[in-house]
Amino acid sequence: MHQMPRAPSLHASTPVSLGSQISVSKVSKSYGAEGFAKDVVSNCSFTIERGKLTVMIGPSGCGKSTLIRLLAGFERPTSGTILVDDRPVTGPGVDRLVVFQESALFPWMSTYDNIMFGPRARGEDTKAMRAFAETLLQKVGLSAFRKKYPSQLSGGMQRRAELARSMINQPNVMILDEPFRGLDAMTKRLMQEYFAKLYDEFRRTTFFVTTDIDEAIYLADRILIMTNIPTQVRAAIDVNLPRPRQVENITESDEANAIKMQALGLLHEEAMKSFARGSKAAADFVDAYAKRVNKT
Amino acid sequence: MKREDLRRGAVAICVFLLLWEAGSRSESWFGYAVPSVSQIPPPSAVLLEMSRLMLEPSFWESAYLSTLRVFEGFFAAMLIGIPLGLAMAVSRTFYGITFPVFEVLRPIPPLAWVPASIIFWPTQELSIAFVTFLGAFFTIVINVIGGAQAIDIRYFQAARSMGSSTWDIFRRIILPATLPSIVVGATVGVGITWAVVVAAEMISGGGSAGSMGGAAGGGLGFFIWNSYVGGSYTQIVAGMVTIGIAGYISSALLRTVGQWITPWLNEG
Repeated sequence: MHQMPRAPSLHASTPVSLGSQISVSKVSKSYGAEGFAKDVVSNCSFTIERGKLTVMIGPSGCGKSTLIRLLAGFERPTSGTILVDDRPVTGPGVDRLVVFQESALFPWMSTYDNIMFGPRARGEDTKAMRAFAETLLQKVGLSAFRKKYPSQLSGGMQRRAELARSMINQPNVMILDEPFRGLDAMTKRLMQEYFAKLYDEFRRTTFFVTTDIDEAIYLADRILIMTNIPTQVRAAIDVNLPRPRQVENITESDEANAIKMQALGLLHEEAMKSFARGSKAAADFVDAYAKRVNKT
Repeated sequence: MKREDLRRGAVAICVFLLLWEAGSRSESWFGYAVPSVSQIPPPSAVLLEMSRLMLEPSFWESAYLSTLRVFEGFFAAMLIGIPLGLAMAVSRTFYGITFPVFEVLRPIPPLAWVPASIIFWPTQELSIAFVTFLGAFFTIVINVIGGAQAIDIRYFQAARSMGSSTWDIFRRIILPATLPSIVVGATVGVGITWAVVVAAEMISGGGSAGSMGGAAGGGLGFFIWNSYVGGSYTQIVAGMVTIGIAGYISSALLRTVGQWITPWLNEG
C-alpha cells in the first residue's frame, strides 16, 4: 500500500533517497452544491521535482491550503490527476507528510514520544529508530526538552519538534503549510536557518508554502507564484543561488533582488485582482507592498 | 494549595462557624431570637453530637453503606458510560441510533426513577444503587461525547499521514484526548451521586442491608430522616455535615487521580 520509509540514514550527508516526484496535472477543486460550486483550484498544473525544494507563494486566501489537502490526500480533486512517482494519490500516506500551519503536536505526549509517534504507529520502535530520534532531537536542539510536553515548549521549539516528528518518518515528500507563520521575526529567521540546514543534509523532495517572499528566496530551488483564486501557477522562477545559503549573502545578491522584484511584481498584480473584488487580505497585501517598494 | 489560600480558607470557615453559633444562640446571648436561624442547633452542639456518634458503630455503618452505594453506582456509571460515550462519538451510525433514546431519558431526574426502580429491581439495595448510577451516568456520557467530538481534526490527519491504523488512532489519539473530559465528568458525577444516594435512601426507607437492620441499615440519608422523625435536630445537622465532608473527600480524590492521569495539563 504505502511505501514504507527506508532505514534511517544516520550519516545524512549521503542520503539514501531523494524522495519522490509529484506531478499535478489539470487539477481543479470546487466546493459547494452543484450549480453553485465555486472553483478554488482551477486547471492547475505543476511539478514538484525530486530532491528539490519547491516553494509556493501566493496572495493569502488563494487556495494554497486546498492544494495541500489535495496533495496530502485528505481531499480528492474534482477533476485532474495528482501522481506521486506515477502512482495516483488515493488518500493520506506515509510517503507524503504534512507539517501544519499551527502546531499539531499531540499535547498528551512528551517531545520524544511525539517524535517517535510515526515509527511506533508502524511497529518500528527499533534501536535504529530510537537512535535516529536522538540524532533529530539534537539537530533541532531539543535534547534537553525530550521529556517536556508541548505546552511547556515555546512556539519555535514546538515547530522544531514538529519538523523532527515529520523527518523521522523519512517521507518521500515533505509538505509544509506556512510552518513558521505567527512566529516573531527573530525566531522565524532562526527556524528558517534550522530548516535550510536540515534540508541541506537530507535533500529530499520538499514542498513549502509561504506568503513571505524573503523566506521563499532563502529556501527555494524553485518558486511557484500562484494566481488569485481560482488558483493556478502564474509563474515558476528558478532560484540558482548556491547552497548552503546565508541570509546576509542573499540580501546582497543581485540575483536574489532581481527575483524578489519580479516575484513581488507578479504578486502585486494578483493581489490587485482580488483587491478589485474587495478582499480584505488583498488590501492588506497591497498596503504592505506599497510600503516595501517605497523603502527600496 | 498555597499557604495563603489555606489561611483564607481557614479564616472563612471560622467566621462562618462563629456567625452560625451566634445566630443559633442569639436568644440567650443577645436576648433577641434571629428568626429561623435560632431554630438551628449551634455548631458546638453539632460537633459534640458528632464526636458522640463517632463512637457509635451504627453511625459508621450508615456512613459505610452510603459510601458503598456511591461507589457502586459511580463505578458502574464509569464502566458503562465511558465506552458508551466513546462509541457514540466515534460511530455516526451508533450515535444516530442511541442519541435520541439517550436524550429522552437524560432530562428525567434520577429521583423520579425511585418508585419505578423499586418495582423493577428485586432488592431495595439494587434499586438504590441503580438510582445512584443514573445520577452520574448521564453526566459522564455527555462529557465523554463532548470531549471526543471536540478533538482537533489535524490530530487525526497528522496521525493518519504518519501511518496510524484505526485502532492506533483510538488508543493514542482519541483516548488520551478525551481523558480530561472524562475526569471533569467523573468529578461532577460523583457530587451528583452523593446528592442522589441520600435522597434515594430517604424515599425508599433505607434499604434492607446492614447487620443491624432498621435505623442503622439505611445509610446516611435514612439516618437523617430517622433523626428528623425522632426529633433530634443536632443529629440531622451532624448527618448533613458528614455528607458534606464525604462529598468533599470524593471530589478531592478524583481531582488528584485526574491530575495524575493527565500530567500534560498540570505544568503549563
